[in-house]
Amino acid sequence: MSSNTLSNIFWLGTKELRSFFKDYVLLGFVIWSFTFSVYTQAQSNSQELHNASVGVADEDHSPLSRRMIAALLPPYFKPPQAIIASDIERLMDTARYTFVIVIPPDFERDVLARRYPAVQVDIDATAMVQAGLGSNYIQQIFSTEISNFVSRNEGAFSSRSQGTSQSSVTLAVRVAFNPNVTTSWFTSIMGIINSVTMLAIILAGAAIIREREHGTMDHLLVMPVTPFEIAMSKVWANSLVITIAVGLSLTIVVRMLLSIPVVGSVPLFMVGVAIYLFFATAIGIFLATIARTMPQLGLLYLLVAMPMNMLSGSNTPLESMPLALRTIMTAVPSTHFVAFAQSILYRGAGLTVVWPDFLFVAMVGGLFLFLALIRFRAVTIQSG
Amino acid sequence: MKVSRASVAELSGVSLRYGVTKALDDVTLALPGGCMVGLIGPDGVGKSSLLSLIAGARRIQNGDVHVLGCDFSDRRNRADVCPRIAYMPQGLGKNLYPDLSVRENIDFFGRLFDQPLKERKRRISELLQATGLSRFSERLAAKLSGGMRQKLGLCCALIHDPDLLILDEPTTGVDPLSRRQFWSLIARMRSQRQDMSVITATAYMEEAEQFDWLVVMNEGRVLATGTPMAIETKTGASSLEEAFIALLPQEKQRARKVFTIPPLKRGGGEPVIVARDLTRRFGDFTAVDHVSFSIQRGEIFGFLGSNGCGKTTTMKMLTGLLPASSGEAFLFGKRLDAADKRARFRVGYMSQSFSLYTELTVRQNIDLHARLFHLPKEEAKARIATLVERFGLRPYLDQNAGDLPLGIRQRLSLAVAIVHAPEILILDEPTSGVDPLARDEFWELLVDLSRNQSVTIFVSTHFMNEAARCDRIALMDAGRVLAMGTPADLVAARHCANLEDAFISYLEQAEGPQASNSGASLVRLPTRKAPKRHPAVWFSLRRLFAYAIREGLELARDPIRIGFALLGTTFLMIVFAAGISTDVDNLSFAVLDRDNTPESRAYLEELRGSSYFIEKAAIADESSLEKRMQSGDIKAAIEIPPNFGRFIKKAVPTSVAAWIDGAMPFRAETIRGYLQAAHQQFLSDLAIRSGQRAAATFDEARDALRNSDLALLGAAAARAVPPARIEVRFSYNQDFDSIYAMAPGSMALLLALIPAILMALAIVREKELGSITNLYVTPVTRLEFLLGKQLPYIGVAMVNFALLFLIIVFLFRVPLKGSFPALLLGALLYVTSTTGIGMLVSAFCRTQIAALFGTAIVTVLIATQFSGMMTPVSSLAGFPAIMGRCFPMTYFLKISVGAFTKALGFIEMQGSLLTLAVFIPILIGLSLIVLRKQED
Repeated sequence: MSSNTLSNIFWLGTKELRSFFKDYVLLGFVIWSFTFSVYTQAQSNSQELHNASVGVADEDHSPLSRRMIAALLPPYFKPPQAIIASDIERLMDTARYTFVIVIPPDFERDVLARRYPAVQVDIDATAMVQAGLGSNYIQQIFSTEISNFVSRNEGAFSSRSQGTSQSSVTLAVRVAFNPNVTTSWFTSIMGIINSVTMLAIILAGAAIIREREHGTMDHLLVMPVTPFEIAMSKVWANSLVITIAVGLSLTIVVRMLLSIPVVGSVPLFMVGVAIYLFFATAIGIFLATIARTMPQLGLLYLLVAMPMNMLSGSNTPLESMPLALRTIMTAVPSTHFVAFAQSILYRGAGLTVVWPDFLFVAMVGGLFLFLALIRFRAVTIQSG
Repeated sequence: MKVSRASVAELSGVSLRYGVTKALDDVTLALPGGCMVGLIGPDGVGKSSLLSLIAGARRIQNGDVHVLGCDFSDRRNRADVCPRIAYMPQGLGKNLYPDLSVRENIDFFGRLFDQPLKERKRRISELLQATGLSRFSERLAAKLSGGMRQKLGLCCALIHDPDLLILDEPTTGVDPLSRRQFWSLIARMRSQRQDMSVITATAYMEEAEQFDWLVVMNEGRVLATGTPMAIETKTGASSLEEAFIALLPQEKQRARKVFTIPPLKRGGGEPVIVARDLTRRFGDFTAVDHVSFSIQRGEIFGFLGSNGCGKTTTMKMLTGLLPASSGEAFLFGKRLDAADKRARFRVGYMSQSFSLYTELTVRQNIDLHARLFHLPKEEAKARIATLVERFGLRPYLDQNAGDLPLGIRQRLSLAVAIVHAPEILILDEPTSGVDPLARDEFWELLVDLSRNQSVTIFVSTHFMNEAARCDRIALMDAGRVLAMGTPADLVAARHCANLEDAFISYLEQAEGPQASNSGASLVRLPTRKAPKRHPAVWFSLRRLFAYAIREGLELARDPIRIGFALLGTTFLMIVFAAGISTDVDNLSFAVLDRDNTPESRAYLEELRGSSYFIEKAAIADESSLEKRMQSGDIKAAIEIPPNFGRFIKKAVPTSVAAWIDGAMPFRAETIRGYLQAAHQQFLSDLAIRSGQRAAATFDEARDALRNSDLALLGAAAARAVPPARIEVRFSYNQDFDSIYAMAPGSMALLLALIPAILMALAIVREKELGSITNLYVTPVTRLEFLLGKQLPYIGVAMVNFALLFLIIVFLFRVPLKGSFPALLLGALLYVTSTTGIGMLVSAFCRTQIAALFGTAIVTVLIATQFSGMMTPVSSLAGFPAIMGRCFPMTYFLKISVGAFTKALGFIEMQGSLLTLAVFIPILIGLSLIVLRKQED
């Protein structure tokens, strides 16, 4: 690369930065995306059982039933509301309660009499996350409550024999990297990652279209400046802006405002962000060479960026997608971005672990830059 | 009717500001009625602002405006008078719709004035005949030439028999023949309707000579008024252009030198620019058709022609921006090669519109260009200093280029174009809109370059007097060169008085005899039968439908938007419904078995037998466990301690250790549940083996395991030991398969995003393109405008709904269990409110890009995170909860999921339906508040 090329890339990039800071609309989007958007997503509790609404039809009214109900505690459950059995269907239809518990008459008596009565737990299975997690919680809580109640009320002998068979083997579960399984640890970082994808594509793509609509692209192309230099100047300038935004968001919003500990190496993560931005800005430039106008770019962008974000593993687990889709998504860099971000920031992984992801993202970025350059002149011509 | 000479418009003390710039400065003026009034002056002196105030398109900031005897500061007055005014804004057919045909355009305006079908039909055919557009009535406005578009604009303006016709630079950039035809059309029209007043702004001084009464403007002030004769006499000038300059303040005039061009010394040598049969086609349209010419060193060569005649295309081919379809071009005797970077150092180019970076300062712009041409540092400094002096840019160095007056901008563009001292300068309409003084200054610079520095200059223009200054010119029309030579020779060849007449004569020759009367001048204009002024109605369905039909036609003809709406939705639906899944399966786990006995294997078998888990290679030791967890290779690790089997047999307490990857909390929680269930299962199997429990539960548990339904297994396992059973029932979705929630959820998500985004472009697009003026100056109300625009998008969204419904039922095989009519009604209310969101954003924003991304960024966040798709809104708190509850998707999600999986009908869903319905008036109301009936 000649020094002229580097000098062109540098000066065009500084121009890009100056333009960006005078475009208040885009500036506003960047600020919104890395502050408010990240902050609210961290508050959403979408990953855990939180404030689940419970209705209870207690037809037993015994000490045991009351203890069971009282054991459903915040923050997992909202205070259970008493309902009558005949209302259950209506209340579930209107999604008033995600969980409805029915404790039958004489439940306590039947328990003590070893008649194995049944508590009924109706779960609105259309609220997938809550239903899945909540059913586990409720079963655990009720089992414990009932066992404790029984062991206290029955003779020492039976409780010991019961206890031995249960506790001779125990399962010690440790959740690594996020011991309390706090949602905000996950959603805040994933919010940043999604914002990176959204904004990098828009910023780079819009920068190209804006030059074309204002006629400045023609101006550049009659000068001794190559499309490669123009593209690279957009890549570095926009990447720099977003890298800084990510750094600030991670420090101020995530660490200071949300008080989320980040165990991994932030510098290594920032290197990854920069590499991913190379890809994201490259695809933004590529899309800008397909679209002719700003609105077209916008629509195209949604078709590309939405699936990239929604299916990257930053919202729902990658493993649960159908095999074909999963295979496709493995070839999409946003998936690798999510993977290495989780490895670095949550699991404290080092370069030795994440380098294949870095390499892959960089290669796909290079591919899109190459495709964009092929189309570059062709499109400038059409727009004339 | 009005007395002919009474004033048609009176302004007193009118001032107008845009931010810090003053467009109009205390203007007091009375314009006479019943005649042709002309506003003259260069661009940016306030002509357009004045006209838009008189038309009622712009809000009055200061002063009084009375038009046709009504005070315009009162909204009701304005509404009464506006049906008597017609307004053609600046820019060729800016208030027309390029994707509508000629007839559809006129029809749209007829509807806006609430004319019934029969009346519209009659008027349209009369107008088309009068203007000679009958043959082109089905042609799209986008495909009309400048002159025809002008006539169409006139038809649209005249559809409602206005008493006052306001034309803002109606002929700028149109070829001289069409211009002449346009004015004769206006003249004929006026001869039939003596009482009609016409107010026109123009940039052509020659045209202004023909008007009855003139207003001369500069820098927001009125310099003089009166008949052209009176103005010329007063200033003692021989032409209006001279008169205008004479009216300017003294200090500006003093700077003016008499403009002369020294003769070109014709040296021999190779021509510098040569074009041979240069041709460029775009599809089946030939923009440039076998154009040939050659230009000598130091010559000023001009291209004269209307907008769209191929000037710009030819220039782009010469700069290498555009490859030629056929023919060839030579620069400096060498064949043009777009890849040759060296040639670019020798050429300077100034494109048609101002194409420097408006957000950079003057200094930054010049510096950037010097850097891109790699001028050595010292040389660049000297060069820039010279240019800044020579072009008088010093006072502006630190201003943003976008804030400069037009004349200064042009000088800056030229300075930038020659920063690298090129030998060829290609200038595309460099002086359009610049005032005569600035134009003279600009030409002085050109002449200096040409005569003193031997720079070859190739310039295009649509001004005759500018073309007359070139050494040689080529007259262009429709991609062809009609004639070429020195201006004097061309005039002499056609025996004409001036260049304009000569050009017209060449044009008539080229177009053949039928062109000259192309307007069927014998046909009478629409006669004025008892002027039917339809009484002002506060709400008219016809006006509403005018917009609905217009929007619908445009949408149907835009393959990108309609394709996005239909195919894009289908694509996203399939991807989302299949991909967004909360089923946690295919979990990779690995085992560190330090015991390796039948017991430990039996324990692990509980996991291995499940389809939720996939076992990876066994873990070697503690450190590799950590590493593999770190890399994300395994999501869970199980460690079985030494002596596990032995301890079990002896009933010594022992503990299995499990590590779960907590990176994704929801997945971690689910894995924990699975592991605990498997553990319970092991215990109960153990108990069975030891004969502690009855076989009934054993079968149950086995069934559950075989079905790999761990959720049920959990229940079965729980049953095995404790004294009571916990019966878990997953209502609505017995298999707990996420598609039953995600398919209806994705439908809700997409019907929130796509209609909102499409609608978000609708209003702001008219703002950007300028056709929003029709809302300002016609009787259409804001409510009619909004609802009319919204209808087609609701229609498209309902088609989307149908598509999504079919995909869900047939592709994803999620049956509809509940009431279809209720779902349909819900969808209708829902898309009406989601398009309402787009409408609100669109009414608020100024640019398409802001509207588009504003809508996208906000709705994507709320729709995917806070509307109950993943987490029930009832579980949210704080901001997310507020955002979720204020978003219609929250309510439609209940309807969609309710209808598909919960088998619900109207009664159960009435609450959600009602809430959705409440959104509609709120959103429309907010949009009404945000949208203005006048430009600010």
